[in-house]
Parts: sequence; C-alpha cells; structure tokens
Amino acid sequence: MYTQALNARDASDERSEDAALLAAFQARVDAEEKIEPNDWMPEAYRKTLVRQISQHAHSEIVGMLPEGNWITRAPTLKRKAALLAKVQDEGGHGLYLYSAAETLGVSREELTEQLLSSKAKYSSIFNYPTLTWADIGAIGWLVDGAAIMNQIPLCRCSFGPYSRAMIRVCKEESFHQRQGYELLLEMCRSSEEQKEMVQDALNRWWWPSLMMFGPSDTDSKHSAQSMAWKIKRFTNDELRQKFVDATVPQAHYLGLTLPDPDLKFNEDTGHWEYGEIDWEEFARVVAGNGPCNRERLAARRKAFDEGAWVREAALAYAEKRRNRREAARIAAE
Amino acid sequence: MTTTDRTADLFAYTLRLADDAAILGQRLGEWCGHAPTLEEDIGLANIALDHIGQARALYTYAGEVEGEGRDEDQLCFLRPERQFNNCLLVEQPNGDFAETILRQFFFSAFMLPLWRELKASKDETLAAIAAKAEKEAAYHLRHSAEWTIRLGDGTTESHERAQAAVDHLWPYTGELFEVDGVVERLAAAGIAVDPASLRDEWHATLREVLDEATLRLPPDGWFQTGGRSGRHSESFGHLLSEMQYMQRAWPGLRW
Amino acid sequence: MTEKNTPLWEVFIRSRTGMAHRHCGSVHAADEEMALQAARDVYTRRGEGVSIWVVPSSAIVASDPSEKDVMFEPTASKIYRHPTFYEIPEEVGNM
Repeated sequence: MYTQALNARDASDERSEDAALLAAFQARVDAEEKIEPNDWMPEAYRKTLVRQISQHAHSEIVGMLPEGNWITRAPTLKRKAALLAKVQDEGGHGLYLYSAAETLGVSREELTEQLLSSKAKYSSIFNYPTLTWADIGAIGWLVDGAAIMNQIPLCRCSFGPYSRAMIRVCKEESFHQRQGYELLLEMCRSSEEQKEMVQDALNRWWWPSLMMFGPSDTDSKHSAQSMAWKIKRFTNDELRQKFVDATVPQAHYLGLTLPDPDLKFNEDTGHWEYGEIDWEEFARVVAGNGPCNRERLAARRKAFDEGAWVREAALAYAEKRRNRREAARIAAE
Repeated sequence: MTTTDRTADLFAYTLRLADDAAILGQRLGEWCGHAPTLEEDIGLANIALDHIGQARALYTYAGEVEGEGRDEDQLCFLRPERQFNNCLLVEQPNGDFAETILRQFFFSAFMLPLWRELKASKDETLAAIAAKAEKEAAYHLRHSAEWTIRLGDGTTESHERAQAAVDHLWPYTGELFEVDGVVERLAAAGIAVDPASLRDEWHATLREVLDEATLRLPPDGWFQTGGRSGRHSESFGHLLSEMQYMQRAWPGLRW
Repeated sequence: MTEKNTPLWEVFIRSRTGMAHRHCGSVHAADEEMALQAARDVYTRRGEGVSIWVVPSSAIVASDPSEKDVMFEPTASKIYRHPTFYEIPEEVGNM
C-alpha cells in the first residue's frame, strides 16, 4: 500500500530503447512471467519500481511512529504486547521492502537519505496524529484495512522481489486489522464514554483513509502504464470502492456513524456511494503541510543521527575482527 | 511458619520478578521506531516482548497466590510507586544505545542463571515460568553481550560511551544480590533462588565479555539500594504515570 | 550525509528439521554474528525456523539471465530422465 503519489514518469526515459527488447519484455509481462532483478527491463519500469517500493518501505517505517506513540501507554499488558508486535512487524515490512528495492541497485543508505532529505514521499496518512487510544484501533481497522486492499493485488506484481515481499507482508499483516477492530469492539461494548472515543477516532481517520488510495482515476494520468506493466492491478478508485464497501457494514456493526452525510447504498450497483473527498487537504498533506509531517521526519532524522555512532562502531569492530583473523592466519602459515 | 506467611512471601517474590520484567519491557518499548538500525529496532522489540510476556505470566500467578482477585493488569497498572518492587537497574532511563545495551547485559547475565536455578523450584508454576524465561534470557544475554563487545571495541566514541554506561549503571547492580527475609525464607524452602549463589557466575560472565570489549569493570564499593522496598529513582514516577495513564484516567473499564 | 554502507546478507532458513534451507530475504549487518542475530530477529518472529544460514550477498554467484536458453533449454529435450518415459506392463506393479 502507501503508493499513492508516485504515478509520475520521467520523460527522459521515453528515449528509444530497443523496440525488440521492449516487445519481448511486454510479452513476458503479459504472459504473467515474473521479472527478476537481473533480467532486462525498460529503464522507466525500473525507476517506477524503485520509487514505488521505496515509497512503500518509507511508509512502513514512518508508519511506526503514530502507533509507537501509544506503546508506552497501552491500557493492558495484552494490548501493549499486541501493539508492540504490530509496530515491530511494520519495521520488518519496511525492511523486506527496502531489500526488494535494493535488488534494483539502490542501497538502503541511499533510500534512507532520500527519505530524510524529503526527496522521497511516504503515505500521507501517517502525518495525522494519534490522539487517543481509540486511534490505535482505528488505524488497525481502517489504515491496515485500506493497506490490505492495496497489498493483496501487489502479491501478483510482475516484479519478483516485490511480489515475494508482499506475500510475506500480507501473511504477517492478517492479524493487524483484526486486532484493531477487536480493540474497538471491546471499547464500544464496554461503555458509552469509550464508544464516543471510538466515534471521534472514526471521524478523524475516515477521510484520510479514503485518501490513502491516491488521486481519483480521472486525475491519475499514469496508472495506465503501471497497469500494463502489471505493477498495478486495479485503479485507485476501484480499490477505494472495495474498501468502502467492506468497511461501511463493519462500522455499522460497531454502532458507529460514518462522517459522510452523502453516504448511501445503491441497490442497483450493490455499492456504497460516498461523498466528495477533500483533494485540497490531500494535496496539502502530501506537499508537507499535514498536522505531523515535520514531527515525523524530525523523529526519523533524530533516530538516524543518534544511531550513527552505533553503526560506525559495528563497522569498525567488523574491520578490526577481519584484520585480526587475517593476521592470525598469516602468523599460522 | 504459617501458610499465610508463606503465601505473603511467595506473592512478594513473584511480584518482584514480575515488576522487573514489566518495567524493563516498558523501557525497551520506548525504543520502538527509534533504534540505530532497522534490524536493531526489531531486535529490541523482540526482547521487550519477551519481558512483557514474562511479566504477564508472573503477575497472573502473583494475583492467584494473593487470592484477592487482582489480575495482571490491576497489579501492573493500579499500584502506586511505593508498591513497586523492581530493582533500580531495570528502571534506569534508556539513555543512549550503550546504556540500554549495558543495562540489558548486566540484567540478563544475572537472570540467565537465576531462571536456570529457578527451574528446580518446588513451586511448579515458578519452575514452569523459569523454564521458558531461561531460553529468552540466554538470547538476551547473547544479543547484549555481542553489542557490548562491538561498542567497547568499536570506535573511540563508542568505547567512551560504553565505558560511561558501565560506570553509570554499575552502582545499580549490587541490588541484584540483596537478600531479605522473603528471599531467605523462600530459598530455604527450595522455592526461591539465593542470589548470592549466582554472584561468581555473574562476575565471570561480566569479566569475560568486558575484557573482550576492552572495557573496565569498576571496583565494587558503594551500591544503590531501595527498589525492593519501593524506594525508586525520581524518573520512575514518570515511567509509571505514562504506563498507568489509561487505567488511572478511566478506572474500571475494559479495553 | 555520506554513510559507509553496512554489508548486505542473504538469509536462508530451515523451516523444519529434515527440510532444506530456503532463501527468505536479506538483512544488513556489519559482521556475521550480527547478521545471524538480525536474521533470527527479523525472519523467525513467528516460529518460522529451526536453523539459519547467512551468506554475504556479494558471495553469491548467479547465472546470467541472457544465457537462460543456453543454460537450461537443452535439458528440456532429455525426456528419458523422467520416469514416464519408460513403459512398464501393469502386471509388474508399482515401480
């Protein structure tokens, strides 16, 4: 998931690559063959993937922060363990995804640098604050729910390492949405006060969750190429509709009201129709002006800067150890 | 000795073990999302999860022993500062990565032999908890020892930071070996472990690892004390106010 | 911000005794012990393994995809390596 803003292609890649190679490549993709890192691929395909996979990875890493905000305050030990395990999983998913991007010849260090210097984007959803414990449930239910909609088709992505990473991610993530929904269910059943907290969380997270699927198809110019390359399997609006259809009944089961006066069920199509998304807010948050953009990047930079001496120490020790072994080997000869 | 006394001792002892695990798990949880590498973020979270798991089992058992219907969460989230009996070492703030690693190393080097001995406890529940925790502690020790070596024998800066962490934490290690009436009576009954019997092994582990890490062990001497009787560091109240916030702000609700 | 790259390691995990080690991903680590610990922490959080190998990624020697046909196509015609190539009368039984 978390790949909303990257549908831009570089005009410089439109140069003439060998037509025969391009045709052969497209034929492999059409035949549902997986493309592997050392295979020939169009430069634009490679760039699109690096951008999409790394943006996805950055989103997982930044995504640790809003939920991490509640690890030390989880209300029970069971919830604390579940939340910590979930946030840890997100770190793991970021790691799998960085590894997939690295197969395309870009290092973890370069990718990290792109995130910290704001050159790379990450999902706008993580620029919203977690204000109450109910937000932890709302993120699991809505944000992970939206993520799953997006990630399941990515398991069939044409690029082998990305597809394999997504299979692992999807397998591990199956508990995330359930723990979020169960947490909210418990709150809604426990007291009116808690139910209000849950409603408040839904009010704040609903629209940003819909924005996670990215711009509307009419404004998303480049999805056609990603579809042809089988990097993308469904359009933004198709996935968004799936999410709304799945989520609305779940909200009703909790006894909650969705913060959308235009929401109504269309008997003919069998779909829930929703109101207009505030695309200005979306553009503003993606551009860096959401409630927490600065805090998120500052936290990542702080961790990176304060960890520099540790990474240096590990490398320095490794080198000393190699040299000592080498010296011992020479001495033994 | 009466059954009531024995029950009170067992409750106190189990609660100490639980508090140690819960508070260290809480501290380690603060790292999540902020560690020096992504791999280490995941590694520290694993250790935190082990400690939280130990705390849950131990609190649950302590509640059963006490017999007043308190569950793991009531024991963890609804006791005030002076009723917590964890050692001072585990509550020390994370500091830099070296302090976190050395805190873990000193503690795990102690807990590994403790759990190993506790497996033979006449109390079956404690013995079963110990059997699981022993394997976890063995990995925590390995992880923190390997990092201690790398920080100590890495760069000049990492060496200085690691030595500062050793020196800073050292005064909190004496408390690990304190014996009071509770431990004395339970150890005599074959239920608890006499920590004095673990001292040589603990020292040997430290010496071996710190030697390889080119770090110096401070001389014995003056040690901090107080955790086991609920006299904690000033920072501990803040840890609790954060950890217990939800249960204090909304008492008696289900989460 | 020019940071020295921390080496990449490929991780192979034996999921159960008796199974072969299978590639499952990679980690970054300064040395082999750290790589082994990272692999354990990252890839066996759900009891996925009983044994781990880590190999420096730079030590992997791979076949060239452009030579795929040269390397692998000749074997496609060697059907006599497969058991169904040989006809055994049914009376003989399972073989």
